[in-house]
Amino acid sequence: MKEKQKKVKLVAHKKKQYKRFTRSKAANFMFVTILLVFGLFMVLPLIYSVVTSFKPLDELLAFPPKFFVTRPTLYNYTVLPSLLDNLQVPFSRYAFNSIFISVAITVGHVIVAGMAAFTLSNCKHKFISTVFWAVQVALLFNGYTLGIPQYLIFSKLGIIDTYWVYILPALQSTTGVFLMKQYMDVSVPKALMEAALLDGAGYYRIFWTLVMPLVKPAWLTLSLFAFRDAWAIQPSGTIFSENLKTLPVAMNQIAASGIARSGSVMAATVILMIPPILVYLVSQSNVMETMSSAGMKD
Amino acid sequence: MSTLQAERAKTFGKKRISFAQDALRAPFVVMLLPFLLLFVVFTLIPIGASVVLSFFDYDVVNTPQWVGLGNYLKMFVNDYEFGPAVGNTLKFALVTGPISFALAFLLAWMINEFGPKTRSLLSFLFYSPALVGNGYFIWQIMFSGDSYGYVNSLLISMGIITDPIVWFRDPNYAFTIVMIVQLWMSMGISFLANIAGLNNVDEAMYEAGAIDGIRNRWAELWYITVPSMKSILLFSAVMQVQSTFSISAVATTLTGFPSVNHSTETILTHITDVGTVRFDMGYASALSVFLFALMMIVRLVLGRLLITKD
Repeated sequence: MKEKQKKVKLVAHKKKQYKRFTRSKAANFMFVTILLVFGLFMVLPLIYSVVTSFKPLDELLAFPPKFFVTRPTLYNYTVLPSLLDNLQVPFSRYAFNSIFISVAITVGHVIVAGMAAFTLSNCKHKFISTVFWAVQVALLFNGYTLGIPQYLIFSKLGIIDTYWVYILPALQSTTGVFLMKQYMDVSVPKALMEAALLDGAGYYRIFWTLVMPLVKPAWLTLSLFAFRDAWAIQPSGTIFSENLKTLPVAMNQIAASGIARSGSVMAATVILMIPPILVYLVSQSNVMETMSSAGMKD
Repeated sequence: MSTLQAERAKTFGKKRISFAQDALRAPFVVMLLPFLLLFVVFTLIPIGASVVLSFFDYDVVNTPQWVGLGNYLKMFVNDYEFGPAVGNTLKFALVTGPISFALAFLLAWMINEFGPKTRSLLSFLFYSPALVGNGYFIWQIMFSGDSYGYVNSLLISMGIITDPIVWFRDPNYAFTIVMIVQLWMSMGISFLANIAGLNNVDEAMYEAGAIDGIRNRWAELWYITVPSMKSILLFSAVMQVQSTFSISAVATTLTGFPSVNHSTETILTHITDVGTVRFDMGYASALSVFLFALMMIVRLVLGRLLITKD
């Protein structure tokens, strides 16, 4: 423990050594200014939505509108359930759909991507290398760019207007497979797996009991990205039944009722923001560790 | 010595068991299969199918009719919306693409100067717009078309304008606002990759640089940081290409579909229009192929620019 502290101090000292030559005060000041300007640009809209969600009706309609709230109220939040009662299906159904889909996609994606990454990372057969090459090319495309061609496949498979149309395409996210594979390459020592193989462990066992625990940062990262995307899903043209739609769709319907409801829209937005933020805060350090191996060679 | 140990010793002596195998072992195939199946069905087949369908006239109901290059001809000759859609897509791609790519790197670089605690707080703050998937709703209220809209009332009270501007319905502004919102949301996965990558650059390289005569951080950035970040930068570039070309979600939510005078129409919204409104799947496929080709070209150029083969 003491030794570690000593080491840290030493590194900090060294850092200062070279930073003394290369860091000018003027540039430091410029950096802080730039970060402040862009930081405000990034954060102000989010703060504005939180603040607005606590505004009473007369402040929402005040002219000129003020940025901050003077008499905060929880009205916009408490009115949400009754507003949502006017929707065609109960609010709890939208919430269930969103939670169910998000959890199914997150868990499914981590397993599917983890297994695929294990093969891509360890098998150097020509066929497998070709698959990885295809994955790297496909990183370019996402659900939006593939929209219409995918739609034709959905209808041929008969999964339109079912939960499958949300879940199946999301499981094959190439970003997740790519990140997981890159992280496995650097963080799982080949010698360890060879030793396990020598000791008579099968490939499946090596994957579950050796590799997966070692790449925990990667699957936490994949969980974050998969959850974030799934939580924001708004079906376009693939879901018709109201009782299969998600929370963002319900929020859209509240938003359609105009400025008088803007407080409630912001309240709903704030509620929708909380889960991804919590997931991120929990997994932040793991995300950073995983992303450092995200590099790609052409 | 037990028989097991003897056997192990034998195996060791004869050939090294290596994990990186050239053989296509059954467990490897089994574990790849779920992903491969989904990947083929939901990514490769759609791409292949749109290449094939682009040579047909297909309205989902009737059997496809072979039209040869007809759909591609239609694109350049008959479709008056195609030109503006390509123009807008390229404008988005050439403006927001490079800016968001550069910002994701430069902001990460500046944030990396701080200590660990400040660094993780700042990266959270900058990443948060991309994190809250539906956040762009906020802009709808800020740029609301009536005088209650925050921006409108601010401008009115400052005396800059007298009547509220209907931001999203005015072709002069709609495009710019969509670009701003896209930039706001662009500090995503590539930003995180940059933060992590910068933090991982070997400290010793900077020390060596300082000894070798690097006297300011710009030189340090150019001679040490960028070269050691190349592979992360390529990943980041690919991710930014992916998001700039699929800008349509933001555009349609904010400016409506179709937008007034097609002011924010991109190739992608045009594809949606042709495919889901007019059900001209053959033509929509040809447009998709065009989009894929465009993205591939950009990707190849970026690869050439960023990775110089040693």
